Amino acid sequence: MNALKRKDLFWLALVALAALLPAVSAVSANSFSMHVLILILLYASMSQAWNIIGGYGGQVSFGHSVFFGIGAYGAGMAVVTYGLSPWPGILIGMLAAAVVAVLISYPCFKLSGHYFAIATFAIVEIFNRVFLVWYWVGGALGLDYPIVEEGLKNLMWYDTKTGYFYCALALFVLVFGIVRFLEGHRFGYQLRAVREGQETAESLGVNSTAIKLAAMALSAALAALCGAFFVQYNLRVDPPMVMSLDMSMKFVLVTILGGAGTLAGPLLGAAVLIPLQEYTRALWGGLGGGVDLIIFGLLIIIIVVKQPAGISGIVRDIAKRIGRRPTAAKGGTSYGAA
Amino acid sequence: MALLEIRDVTKKFGELVANDRVSFTVDTGAIVGLIGPNGAGKTTLFNCISGLLKTSSGRIFFDGIEITGLPSYRIARMGAVRTFQVVRPLKDMTVFDNVLVGAFLHATGGTQARETAETCIGMCNLTEYADKPAGDLPIGIKKRLELARALAARPKLLMLDEVMAGLTSTEVKTALELIRRIRDNGVTLLIVEHIMEAIMPIADKVVVLDGGIMIAEGPPDQISSDERVISAYLGAKFSRRLQAGRKEGTHA
Repeated sequence: MNALKRKDLFWLALVALAALLPAVSAVSANSFSMHVLILILLYASMSQAWNIIGGYGGQVSFGHSVFFGIGAYGAGMAVVTYGLSPWPGILIGMLAAAVVAVLISYPCFKLSGHYFAIATFAIVEIFNRVFLVWYWVGGALGLDYPIVEEGLKNLMWYDTKTGYFYCALALFVLVFGIVRFLEGHRFGYQLRAVREGQETAESLGVNSTAIKLAAMALSAALAALCGAFFVQYNLRVDPPMVMSLDMSMKFVLVTILGGAGTLAGPLLGAAVLIPLQEYTRALWGGLGGGVDLIIFGLLIIIIVVKQPAGISGIVRDIAKRIGRRPTAAKGGTSYGAA
Repeated sequence: MALLEIRDVTKKFGELVANDRVSFTVDTGAIVGLIGPNGAGKTTLFNCISGLLKTSSGRIFFDGIEITGLPSYRIARMGAVRTFQVVRPLKDMTVFDNVLVGAFLHATGGTQARETAETCIGMCNLTEYADKPAGDLPIGIKKRLELARALAARPKLLMLDEVMAGLTSTEVKTALELIRRIRDNGVTLLIVEHIMEAIMPIADKVVVLDGGIMIAEGPPDQISSDERVISAYLGAKFSRRLQAGRKEGTHA
């Protein structure tokens, strides 16, 4: 129990530290570093949302860009189409994403392993095409944000990125907080049990279908929330931007690279991949498209070969090695008891 | 009163009849052994009772309620919990977390579940392994984990599928001791066992399957002298020889 509390303190300290970052001149209000920081928080939250069903639940979904997109369109349509504040759109988007997730997953969960993943691939394509030709949601033209009053009510800031940074941080705290809570809760244990062995879990009274659907709905709703933040930050949305396999892959890659099924994994993955993506694109983007993706791919190959548990596995190995030495030293001294 | 009643249960896999009109009851508070040679259909019957397989015909009642065809999680929630012959640890979870999943079935909260898990881990002598990932354990420990996990789910009927197979004789003794203790705590047990010697001393009743058919049912001493049981286990030829030997006298 003590170890858990220490772990929580670490996370609280991390969030407090992040909250102070805008005061540091190097990440001042409009710098590129600020942009990268916001993206790290956003992608960490997105991946953590995916981690609920993909990591803890073991159901690898390539369909999360659909939920992300629904969230983005929820906020986008509230602002652009109906001239409202994005908030009602965000809530409707989260709800719609959860409903769509359950409707899609119910038949797909009858498929196991790779077949589930393949089915979710198809769903992204379907939604992409439908949104491209659907006049009501703006079709292929997408939605362009009007200029409205800045502030929390409209979730928009023009002068500085500080507002967006704190929003992203709040998003991060919310998503990570939910997952941290579930980890130690009955639901978290049952979800992991389903991942490790569905029949075993059922033999212990776990309704695996209900657990997976609930995890999927929560995961989708949180992905939609991230999508809403994305569109508020981006001020524009069209189907290829949000509902695409590229976007789906990011949910999966960031989490797996960081360490699927761990609380820290999505943050570690985002903290490594997103700066890499943004800086290579900024520095070498001119060499032609895709340099960032080449580096991305190389890194993933290296990590997956070296440590399938991802960066969090590497961190754990290092921590173990460091942890072992002081204990060994303690054994050799007589004042260890003090 | 019968806690579990099996009525004419038949299970076919295509043309193969794995269970053929099997009927017996398990009384509340009893230890019932389900024995038979390899391929007799013991595990198949277990799978039918626990809802993992659907019966081809026949009915199963638990605690007075028909459970035929119910999904396995519903049957577990009603209080009939099983272990698996081929152990199924939740590999990436620790021993403690494995047992905790079982404990969450009836616990009202996390604290209570953790207490239950700790008790069951203690009962099965797993305390030193509590923090180890379940996938890394040797087979004997994994068998104990199966038991602890099922026990944590607070069953009325605990169904053990060959928990003693592959254990050393000392380990078997400890296991038998534990099974008695579980019974004394008010749990009814249905135990599949391949080794007759392990089950005979503790069972109140033994049911014998051979080739999917129930060939005998009764108290252990009656079963161990039953001719059909002996011939099922040792073959007809050896059975005849044994009979002949018995007639000459059993001083040896």
